[in-house]
Formats: sequence, C-alpha cells, structure tokens
Amino acid sequence: MIPTIPQPRALRFFYGTYVALFFLYLALPLAVVAVFAFNDSQFPSLPWEGFTWNWFFGDSRPMIGVFYERPIIRAVGTSAFVALFVGLLSVAVGTSNAFLFNRFSFRGKGVLYVLMLLPLVIPGIVLGISILVFSSTVANGMWDIANMDIQALRPGLVLVILGQFSFIATIATLVISARLQKFDRSLEEAALNLGASRLTAVRTITIPFLMPAMIGALVVAFLMSFENFNTTLMLVGSDAPLTIAMFDRLKEGSTPLLNAVSLLLMLGSSLLALALILFQRRG
Amino acid sequence: MTPDLESIRLTKRFGDFTAVDDVSFAVPAGSFFSILGPSGCGKTTIMRMIAGFLDPSSGDIEIKGKSVLNVPPNKRPVNMVFQHLALFPMMNIADNIGYGLRRRKMPRAEIARKVEEALERIGLPGIGNRKINELSGGQKQRVAIARCMVMEPDVLLLDEPLGALDLKLREHMKIELKSLQAAFDTTFIYITHDQSEALVMSDQIAVMNEGRFEQTGTGQDLYYRPETAFVAGFIGESNRWRGRIERVMGDELEMRTDTGMLMRGATHGRGLKAGDSAEIFVRPEAIRLARDASNFEDFDNRITGRVTSLLFNGAASRILVRDAAANEEIEVNLPQSGEYASLARGDEVQIGWSGAQGNCFAAGAD
Amino acid sequence: MHSGARIGFFLLLTPLVLWLALLIVIPHIDMFLVSMRERVGVRQYETSFANYLTFFTEPLYIRTFVRTAVMSVLATIITLLIAFPVSLYIAKIVRGRLQQVLFVLCLIPFYVSELVRTFGWMILLRETGLVSNLLQWTGLADQPVEMLYNDAAIMIGLVYTSMLFMVVPLVTTLESLDDSVIEAGYDLGGNGFSVLREIIIPHAAPGIVSGSIVVFMLSLGNYLTPTMLGGKDSLWFTEMIYNQFIVRFNWELGAAFGFMLLILSSVIVWSMLKLTRQSLEETMA
Repeated sequence: MIPTIPQPRALRFFYGTYVALFFLYLALPLAVVAVFAFNDSQFPSLPWEGFTWNWFFGDSRPMIGVFYERPIIRAVGTSAFVALFVGLLSVAVGTSNAFLFNRFSFRGKGVLYVLMLLPLVIPGIVLGISILVFSSTVANGMWDIANMDIQALRPGLVLVILGQFSFIATIATLVISARLQKFDRSLEEAALNLGASRLTAVRTITIPFLMPAMIGALVVAFLMSFENFNTTLMLVGSDAPLTIAMFDRLKEGSTPLLNAVSLLLMLGSSLLALALILFQRRG
Repeated sequence: MTPDLESIRLTKRFGDFTAVDDVSFAVPAGSFFSILGPSGCGKTTIMRMIAGFLDPSSGDIEIKGKSVLNVPPNKRPVNMVFQHLALFPMMNIADNIGYGLRRRKMPRAEIARKVEEALERIGLPGIGNRKINELSGGQKQRVAIARCMVMEPDVLLLDEPLGALDLKLREHMKIELKSLQAAFDTTFIYITHDQSEALVMSDQIAVMNEGRFEQTGTGQDLYYRPETAFVAGFIGESNRWRGRIERVMGDELEMRTDTGMLMRGATHGRGLKAGDSAEIFVRPEAIRLARDASNFEDFDNRITGRVTSLLFNGAASRILVRDAAANEEIEVNLPQSGEYASLARGDEVQIGWSGAQGNCFAAGAD
Repeated sequence: MHSGARIGFFLLLTPLVLWLALLIVIPHIDMFLVSMRERVGVRQYETSFANYLTFFTEPLYIRTFVRTAVMSVLATIITLLIAFPVSLYIAKIVRGRLQQVLFVLCLIPFYVSELVRTFGWMILLRETGLVSNLLQWTGLADQPVEMLYNDAAIMIGLVYTSMLFMVVPLVTTLESLDDSVIEAGYDLGGNGFSVLREIIIPHAAPGIVSGSIVVFMLSLGNYLTPTMLGGKDSLWFTEMIYNQFIVRFNWELGAAFGFMLLILSSVIVWSMLKLTRQSLEETMA
C-alpha cells in the first residue's frame, strides 16, 4: 500500500506492471498519430511505406504539407485568435469574480456562487445550443423591431468566443480564487499603513501576488479554447477553428496531413503545458 | 522473567548514514520506558522498527522472548500511538476504537461492549457516536490510547504524542498518561525530546544521541549521576566550563578554565588525569548564594561577584553573577524564600558549591 | 459599506451578473421557451408540449436517450476502476521526482485536442489499423478485423478521454491522506483489503464523487468520440440534438432534446451529491 508496509514481491511486481500498462494505454494513440505523420503514403495506416517529411513541407500534389496547406494555416490562426480572446476575457472576469467572492459578503452570494459553478455541469453542447437559440431570438427581435441585422448574433466567431467563455470563465474564477484565498490580508493593510491608497495597494501588492494564478488561468483557458469542440460545433459560422476544420476533413477520410497537424498541435500544447508547470513550480 | 521487549544490537543504516547504531536494551514487563533524545537522534527509527514499518539492517527485536523480525506490522503484538495520533477521520470514535477488534473478527456485541468499557476507562463514557473533530486535543489523545489498549498489546509504543498539545494540557497529560499506564498495566515505550515528559513519567529512561544510547537509568540516575558529557548537558541545565586539568587527587580534581578560573570538581570514577582537557558541569541549583562568605567554609569553590541580571521565573528564578576575576557569567538559582527579595542588579554577592557537584568529563569534540 | 467600497462592489458584481444572466440563465430560459412551442405555420407558433410528446412517443429517441445515460454511467465506472489503482500508486507509492513525473505524464495527453486522441484510436482500431494488423501477424485472425464502429470502441474512447478528470481529483485527495493513518490501520491488525475498504476509499470519497461527476458529464455531453468511433449508427443523444439543429433545422425539437439532456445530467449529478452528502461547492473547489 505504502512503502513502509511490507508487501509480497509478486504483488508489487503485478502492481508495477499494471501502472506501466496504464501509461502505455495513455501513450499509444498519441504515439501512432505522431508516427504516421511520417508515413510516405496517402493513408495514415499500415503498411509503412517509408519515412518522409512531405506531410510537413511538401508543396506539390498529392503530398501537400501542413505549411503549404492554406485552409489549415488559416484555421490555426482563427483558433489562436479565438483562444486569445477567450483567455483574456476569462482571466479579466475571473479576477473580478475572485475579488467579489473573496472580499464582499452580500445577500444572494451563495446563490450566485452556485450559479457560477453551474457551467461546469452543463453539457457543452447544451451550452452551445442555448446560446445559439438566445442569440437568434435577439437577432430576430432586432430585425422585427428596428430592421437591423446584427451579424455578430449569427453563428460565427463572436458567438464561438462567447460560448467558450461561458464555461471557461468558471475555471478561471476557481483558479484565481484559490490563490486569492491564500493571500494574507495583512500585506494589504501594511501597504495602506505605508501610505498607499486602497486601489494602489491592490495594484502593487495583491495583483502581483495573483499573477502566477492569472497566467496559469490564461494558459489553461487558451488550451481549453483551442481544443474545444462541442460548444464550438454548435456556434461556428464560415470561419472554422482548427478542431472543426480537422473534424470536417476527418469525416471525408484522413491523410497523414492530419497526423502532421496533430503532431504539431501535440508539441505546441505540451510545450505550453510544460512551460506552465515549470513556471508554477518556480512561483 | 523474560522482558516484554528486548532489542539486541539493533542497527539501521540508510545508505552511508547510520541512524541507529548497535543499540541493545531490555524493557521489563509493566514498566514505562522512555527514549529521550534530540530530534534526528534515531529514536523514531527505533520505534518504527519495533512497530514493523522499517526493517533493521542488523540485530534483532524480541517481544516476550520471540523474535518479531519476520512478523508483518499488522500481526505484531505491539500497537502504536502516532505522533499526530492518526485517528481515522472517516470514522466516529467508537469505530476508531473498535477498528482493531473488527480486524480480529470479534462479534459485534462484544466489540461494542469493549469499546464502551474502554471509553469509561479513559473517562469519556457515551461519546462513541461523536466525530473525531468534535474532540479536544486531550480527548483525542485518550481515544488514540484507548484504540490501542483494547487490543491488549504486549507493548504500547508512543511517538511524542504530547508534542502537538499546548503547555498546560501537556503538563496535565503527563500525569494522566502515567496513571493510564498504571491502570492498563501494560509496558509503555515512549519517545520524546522533552526531558520533563521523560523524567516525570518513566521508570527507565534511555538518553539517545547520534544513533547510540548514551546512558540508561532512572530519572534520578541521569540527573544526579550523568555518565557522559552529553547527558550532563542534555538533562537539566548546567553552567559549563572548559579547561585543562591541573591536579587529580583520588576522586577530586582541580581544573583551570580557559578563562583562568581555578575550580574543583569530581571525576566520579571516570579516568581523568592531569593535563587532560576537560569540561565541568555545575547545575545552577547546586550553587549556594550568600551575602557574605562566612557560611561557605565547607565549599571548595567560592566566588565573589556582582549580580548582572535577575531572571525572574517564579520558582525557577535565577540570577547571573559575574565573577570579578575571570569575567565569567555564572547562572545561580535564586531561592524564593524571601531573604533575597531585595537583591538588585549590581549588588555584590558570594556564591559557592562543593567540588562533588562539579561533574567533570573529558572534553568532547565540540 | 462606505461609498468607495459600494462602487467597487458594483463594479465587480457587474461582469459576473452580465455573464451569468446573458450567457447562462436567460439562454436556458429561452431554450426552454423554444422547446415549448409548436410550429403551426410560417413563423407562427403555439405553446404546447408537442416536442416533448414527440420525444416520449418516438422509441428511437427514448432508446438513444436511455442508451446514452447507461453507457455514460458505465464509462464512469470503468474509468474509476482503472484510475483508482493508478492514482493510489502515484499518490502513495512512488516518491519524489518520479511521483511528479508520473503525474505530469498523466496530464500531458489531455492538453492535446480530443480530436487528436480520437484520431489516434481510429488509426489503431480500424480495419486497416494497427491492432488488426497485429492480430493477423500473430495469427489470431486470418483477415482484417474491423474494431471501430461498435460500443466497445466508443467505450474505449470515452474512458480514455475522461481519464485525466478522474486521476487528478483522486491523486489530490489520496495525497492528503497522512501515511501514518494507513500505518495505524496496519498497526491495529488491518490487512491491505480492510485498510483499502475502511480507510483509503472513505477518505478518497470526495475525489471519487467529483471525478465521477465530471467524467459522467463529459461522457454524456460528448459528441466527437461516439460519432468518430461509433460511426453513423452510434445512437448518441448529442448526435440527435446536432441533427435536429443543424441538419433538420428543427430547433424546437432540438431545444426539447437539449432540455432533456440537461435534466438527465442535473438529476444524476444531484442524486450523486445527495447520496454522498456533499455539496456542489465543495466538490468543485
């Protein structure tokens, strides 16, 4: 059970093997995706036709690599744009919420807190359709009343950003609140005592203290937005983010191009995740 | 009679570090045995080896004459009160106490009876249904002991269980632990770094330092007749002087301190000779205080000095006296009988002690 | 509250209220209203239960609904059974650097898009895939084996995708269990089984509950894994919602489906919390 309790050798061996198999199970799908990005064939499957970089750098049919495939590059750009927006918005609202819940007690606080948690237990697809339904209700209403067609309320990037923000904000709030709770209020009082105004004290003392959590929340929000599928699927318009673009291609049948994109995605997000972990260990 | 617990040349090494170095001792049935030492001296390692959570590198542990080295911890006839008690927070009090009995497949009704009995014994009848976190520190302590005692172990191990309590409660629990031990009539092995816990409760105390037992004996033995410089310095408080021995006359000797004071001490049978560097330990309570030297004839150490500080601490009050010649500060007990109530800083006083009180040891490495 | 604090309070309250009202509460009310209307002509609607009636009278819808719920519960249980020993290993058996490395290794796959993970399973399981080739090579099969497009494939994908959300809360709660409590269990005569049952599992209960809730939610609301690994006939409820909205453009029925899914997930989450006497606040924190 724990190292200080003597256990039969066979049991320890069996347990260790189980854990090793588990990690194999975790790694297997990612490993095959990565490996077949280098298959010199039209299909990401056996037989292995030899090693090639063409699915990354190829510039002529039938093997056009990632870096020459315009629609994919554009989809990456779209995803990054959406993710950055969602991240910044979530961190801003999350920080505000953290201060509200940490510093004020008011009537209805408990109810608001539970409401704030709800997006985590609402299926993503339901979040998507409810926002879709509501935004088109508003858009139709505006048309009926003022004959105005508000494009932002039709499926498209604005709705995608709002849809993702609607639940990622909860995660940002939780991450930032957790750190704010550890903050020693007497530090702020010391700043006030040394002549800072309340706002200056928060800006110079509390916000720097929260910074690791805010950056952590930003990275997590960015990654969650980048890989979000369910909510996005219901709200997407003509500009498809990467996951949707890949999904459409996958439905038509896959080439190792998708493996190449996936491998780059894996590298990108692992690097970001590792950087975050290292950053937080230091902080 | 076979001792309840015997440790034979017990050694534990972690890599190059020897945590427990060739320790042997025997604990007679029904006694309260303490292992006292500073943190890191290896006492917890000994405890965990007895409980079965660590395997010794060499040596043997016998309980009631039988080696338990190949017995897993859940089968050993010893139970342990953990440092932070390790009460099971997911169970109520009755389930905590009954846990071990359930493992023995005892019928439910009997478990309930035994648990209630144990609760009465520790003076907390009828609280079985309460949660652990509803108890005070002292009550948790007693529940942790009851949880072990219902198992009727041959030996009960206690790993600094009073460490987390506040001072007043700790004083109280010392007395209570001692009487619980008498009530249950079980062998207790108690480890602590707090000498007062060990001195108050124990029948026998082993002072441990750097993996070895320095001295084993009763509290009085350790206090009055320390066998090593470490024990003399660790038990109680002492004025401590380092110097060179000038003369040895039988059991008595004369030492010149590094600051130039000449003082008399006693070897108490240790082999010391002139020219050795040595240390003398004199307890503040062994030093007599007077306003004039007239009644100090029997004392072979006499010093005239001035009071530099009054350290008032009720019954444990002391003064610091600066010796005029050697410029040395000496801590002296201040009797609270009233005769020195008017003593003030800067007053001249006489102090003295008999050479027999000056315990002398060959100087250690420090 | 003095005036400065009052202004601050409202400044902080506004974004929260805007977010919750405009993106969560009102959209769901609106979705409910839409689900409660019946199209009787071009842009002519009447309030009725017609959509819910359709849901309850059409066997395909009900079957898909129940099937999605049962499969999600099953996926949750399997994920828990697989994740628990691993979490215990990470939290209590390995120490120091290796512990951190294993934990991070558990996290990394989940920073990668679900699409990539599902794609990996497709490469492994399809007729021309790795597993099929391996079986032929070892002689266990004499022709290509299609392992995609069945319930087992869906289950493998769901469990894989949810693993992180079980491992993290489990490792966190198990790590908070003091070693000496486990030692005390052994010291008092317990064996591996009884210590696990009476001490470790009760201690890990909050982690088990929060992990299970999240995994259940993710499975229930999953669209990608069932469609990609289960194929056209995977009969997953989210697919029905998608079809009503995007393919058939029948928003009224789609909204009713969405509401049913919401009710199902709320009921199961709520009953799990009640059963274990926990609140949403402490489970999610």
